[in-house]
Amino acid sequence: MTLLAVQGLSVAIGNARPVAEVSFEIAAGETFVLLGESGCGKSMTALALMRLLPPVAAITDGDVHFSGIDLLGRTEAEMRGYRGGGMAMIFQEPATSLNPVMTVGQQIAEVLTLHGGRPDRVVELLEAVGIPDPARRATEFPFQLSGGMKQRVMIAMALAGEPKLLIADEPTTALDVTIQAQVLDLLKDLQARRGMAMLLITHDFGVAARMADRIGVMHDGRLVEVAAKASFFQAPTHPYTQRLFAALPENLAKPPESPARQGELLEVDALAVHFPIRRGLLQRTVGHVKAVDGVSLKVSAGRTLALVGESGCGKTTAGKAILQLIRPTAGQVHLEGRALLGLAADRMQMVFQDPFGSLNPRLRVGDIIAEGMKTLGVDGSAGELLTQVGLDAGMAGRYPHEFSGGQRQRIAIARALAVNPRLLICDEPTSALDVSVQAQILNLLRQLQDQRGLAYLFITHNIAVVDYLAHEVAVMYLGRIVERGSVSEVLGGAKHPYTQALLAAVPRIDGIAGERLLVPGDPPSPANPPAGCHFHPRCPRAMAVCWQSYPGDTQVSATQSVRCHLFG
Amino acid sequence: MKPVLLWSDALFFLLIAVTIGGAWWGRQQDHLRAGWVRVWGHRRTVVSASVLAVFFAIGLVDSLHYRSQLPLEEGKPPAWSVEVLSALDALLMPLKTNTEKTYSAPLATELFAKETLEEGGRGFPPLKYPGTHLFGTDKVGQDVLYLTLKSIRTGLLIGTLTTLIMLPAAVLLGIVAGYVGGWIDDVIQYLYTTLNSIPGVLLIAAAVLMMQVIIDTHAGWFATAAERADARLLALCAILGITSWTGLCRLLRGETLKLREMEYVQAARAFGGRPLAIMLRHILPNLMHIVLIAIVMDFSGLVLAEAVLSYVGIGVDPNTISFGTMINAARLELAREPMVWWSLAAAFCFMFVLVLAANLFADAVRDAFDPRAAG
Repeated sequence: MTLLAVQGLSVAIGNARPVAEVSFEIAAGETFVLLGESGCGKSMTALALMRLLPPVAAITDGDVHFSGIDLLGRTEAEMRGYRGGGMAMIFQEPATSLNPVMTVGQQIAEVLTLHGGRPDRVVELLEAVGIPDPARRATEFPFQLSGGMKQRVMIAMALAGEPKLLIADEPTTALDVTIQAQVLDLLKDLQARRGMAMLLITHDFGVAARMADRIGVMHDGRLVEVAAKASFFQAPTHPYTQRLFAALPENLAKPPESPARQGELLEVDALAVHFPIRRGLLQRTVGHVKAVDGVSLKVSAGRTLALVGESGCGKTTAGKAILQLIRPTAGQVHLEGRALLGLAADRMQMVFQDPFGSLNPRLRVGDIIAEGMKTLGVDGSAGELLTQVGLDAGMAGRYPHEFSGGQRQRIAIARALAVNPRLLICDEPTSALDVSVQAQILNLLRQLQDQRGLAYLFITHNIAVVDYLAHEVAVMYLGRIVERGSVSEVLGGAKHPYTQALLAAVPRIDGIAGERLLVPGDPPSPANPPAGCHFHPRCPRAMAVCWQSYPGDTQVSATQSVRCHLFG
Repeated sequence: MKPVLLWSDALFFLLIAVTIGGAWWGRQQDHLRAGWVRVWGHRRTVVSASVLAVFFAIGLVDSLHYRSQLPLEEGKPPAWSVEVLSALDALLMPLKTNTEKTYSAPLATELFAKETLEEGGRGFPPLKYPGTHLFGTDKVGQDVLYLTLKSIRTGLLIGTLTTLIMLPAAVLLGIVAGYVGGWIDDVIQYLYTTLNSIPGVLLIAAAVLMMQVIIDTHAGWFATAAERADARLLALCAILGITSWTGLCRLLRGETLKLREMEYVQAARAFGGRPLAIMLRHILPNLMHIVLIAIVMDFSGLVLAEAVLSYVGIGVDPNTISFGTMINAARLELAREPMVWWSLAAAFCFMFVLVLAANLFADAVRDAFDPRAAG
C-alpha cells in the first residue's frame, strides 16, 4: 500500500530550482533512502514534503499525497496536524534541535499533548529509544546528555506523535561511528516494531546499504535513479551513480606499495597534553582533562601514518601538539633526529579540516599561499603551486569565497606545501567534502607524496580513507594509542576489542552485516577516565584485571602492537 | 582677512581626509566595496546619506575660520578683529547681524512682549527686520535659525572626534586582550570593567570641571575667546572618548577570541607568524565591519550626549553655540507666560533630523556589513 506518493515535485528559489520534477513513492513500512551529495536538493525535498520550506523557497509544481490526502492543498492549520502526527522529522544536528532551557521530558511531553497523547508516556518513549534510566533522564536538560543520547531523544520526540512516516535528515552524520551504529540499529528496530515507513536522507553509501529497501539518487535537484537496494549496489545504471561508486575510497584503485624509505622522520615519545580544569573563586586547578596521555608514534620519510579515533579521543590535539601549536605537557618530539623545542615551520605543516574556516576571507588566494613563504623567507611562486595542486595559476588574484570546498582544500594544501615541508599533518582534510571531491583530494595527496617524498600524519575517523592512503595505522581511544600496526594488520586482523568494534561499526557498502560487535554506551569523558583500562566499561570481553590496571604494550608481530590484557 | 586654524578644525579636516582616503582604499577591497554597493541599494539610505551630507557640508563650511581686518589707521600696522568668524558666518552675515532687541515669534513683525512705546502707551514695538526670522529670535534678539545652523558643527564635532579618540584605544586593546590573553587580558578587562562601573556623567562632570579650572588659570594660552571655547570642546571630546571606548573594546575582544581559534589563524601560527603580524593581517581586517558599524551607531548617541551634558551644565563652553546650550536656555523660556517655544522647537527639529538620518544610515550599514544579518 502506498503511504506517500510524490509526483513531479518542483521547488524554486528565485530562478534556481533546487528540486526539479522529483517523483517517488514510499510504501507503508518501507525504508526509502534519498542519496546524494551536498546541495543536490535532498533536504529541500524533505522540507517540501513537510511544507516547512524557508520563506524564499516555494513549491512551484507537483503533487504530494500522504495516505491518499493531497498535502499541498491543505491549509497551514491543517498541516500542523500532519507534522509530527502523520509524519515526523529528525534532523542532523542533535545539539541544536533541542531547546537548551527545557528538560527533555518537558519537550517530549509537549509533543505528546500536541498530538493527543498522554503526557505520562514520556518515560515509556525514552525507554523505547534505549535510554538507560529513563525516569531520571526525563528530568535532565539537553546539555547533560551526550550527542548520541540527544539524537535518541529526538527520535523519541518524533515517535511521540505515532507517525506513519519518519523523515530522517542525515540523522547520524554528526555522530561517531560506534554511536551511529547504535542509532541506526535503533531506527531499524523501531521501524520493524511499529511498521513505520522511513524516508532516510544521507550522503553515506554505507548507511544507505545498511538501512534501505529502495534507494533514490539525487543530483542537481533531479532524482536520477531509483532502484531496489540489491540491484542498486550490484549494478548501478545511471552514469552519475557509477561515478559516485568509483569515487568511494573503498573502490579507489590502490597504487602499488612504494618501498619503505629508510630512517624515521618523526618520532614522538610519550607525548601528553593535559588541560587544567579550574574551579571556584580562586580558579584553583581541581583536575586535568587528559586530552593526550602518553602517545608515542613514528613516521618514516615518504610514508603515511593514519591516526584513527572517534571525536574527543584527542587525535587533533595530538596533531597540534606534535606541530607545537599547543605546548605539550610532557613528552618529546624528534624531527629528523633532533628534539623540537618550538615550531619547525619549514619542515612540518598542517592541513586543516574545515576548508571554509582555514582560509582568511579577506585575503587573495595568492597572498594566502605566499603567507608561509613570506614568513619563512622561502622563494617560490603561488601560481606554480596552484598548478601543482590542480588549479589554474591565474586564480591567484581571486578571493576564497569564489571557490568550492574541494578547491579551497587544494589551496590550503598549496599553502602548506609552499614552504617545502617534509611532513604534513592532515587533520581530517576530507571529512567536510563530498565523496567525489574527497576522492580527488585523496588522489592529490597520494600524487604529492610520490612526487615530493612527503610523509603524512593523517588524522581521521574514516576507515575507508585509511585503507586507501595509509601505510601504518594507530588507533586512539581516550588520549592513548590502543593499537598500532601496518594498515593490513590493523584493518585485516585487529586485535583490540575497540578496534574490532570500530571496524565493525562502519556501515559497509556491500551491505554485509557480518559479525557485528556493537559497543554499548558513549565514550567516557577524558576529564574523568575509568580506572584500569579506559575501554573496559564498553568492552564485551572485559575481565577482572581490566578494572584494575591499564594494560601495557604487547608486541603481537614485528610491526603490530596492542594495549589489551587479552594479549598481555 | 587672516585665516585661523583651530585645533578642532584641523582634526575635523583630518577626519574628512581619513574618510576620503579610507573610501578610496575600500574601493580596492572587494568585500568592502560589495558592502557599500548594498548600502546604496535602498532609497531610504540614499536619502538619509544626502541629509547627512548636507549637515556635514554646513559643518565643513563652519570650520573655515578667519579673523577680519579692522579698518586701517594711519601709521599703524594692520590690526585684526578679536572675533573669530567662519565662512558660514560670512554666508549668513544678514542673519548674524540682523538682530532684534529681544524675543520675537517666528516670522513675526513685532516683538513678543509689550513695552512702553516711544510714541506713548504700551504695545508691541515693531521689529527692525519684520518677517525675516524664520525661527524667531532669542532673548538677546539673535536669529534662532542662525543659532541652529551654528550648532550643527558642534554636534558633528562631538560625534566624530570622540570616535576618533576612542577608536584606537578600543581596537588596539580589544584585539590585544582577545588575542594575547593571559594577564594582559586580565588587566584590560579590569580596566574597562572599572571604567564602566563608575557612573558616566559623574566621571565626565569631574573631568570637565577640572578642565575648566585649568583653562581658567591659564588664560594666557588662548589668543581669543573662540580658541578657549575650542579647547573646552576638544577636552569634552577627549573625556567622552575615554569613557566610551569600553563597549566597542569588549565587543572586539569577544570577536577576537572567536577569530583566534579560526583555522586560518592557526595556519598562520603554524608558519611561525609573529603575533603582531597575525593581528594586523588576519584579525583586524575581519573585525573592520564591526568597527564600521560601531562608528555610525555611536555617532547619534554622542550628538545626543552633548545635548544632555550641556543641559546639565558640564558640556561645551557657554559661549559655544550648540544644541545643548540652546536647550539649556529654553529651560527658562518654557517657564515664561506666554511660553517662548521656538528656540527649543528649532533645536529639536534639527537634532531630530540629524540623529534620525544618522540612525537610518547606521542601520543600512549594519545590514550591509553584518555577516549574520546577510543572507
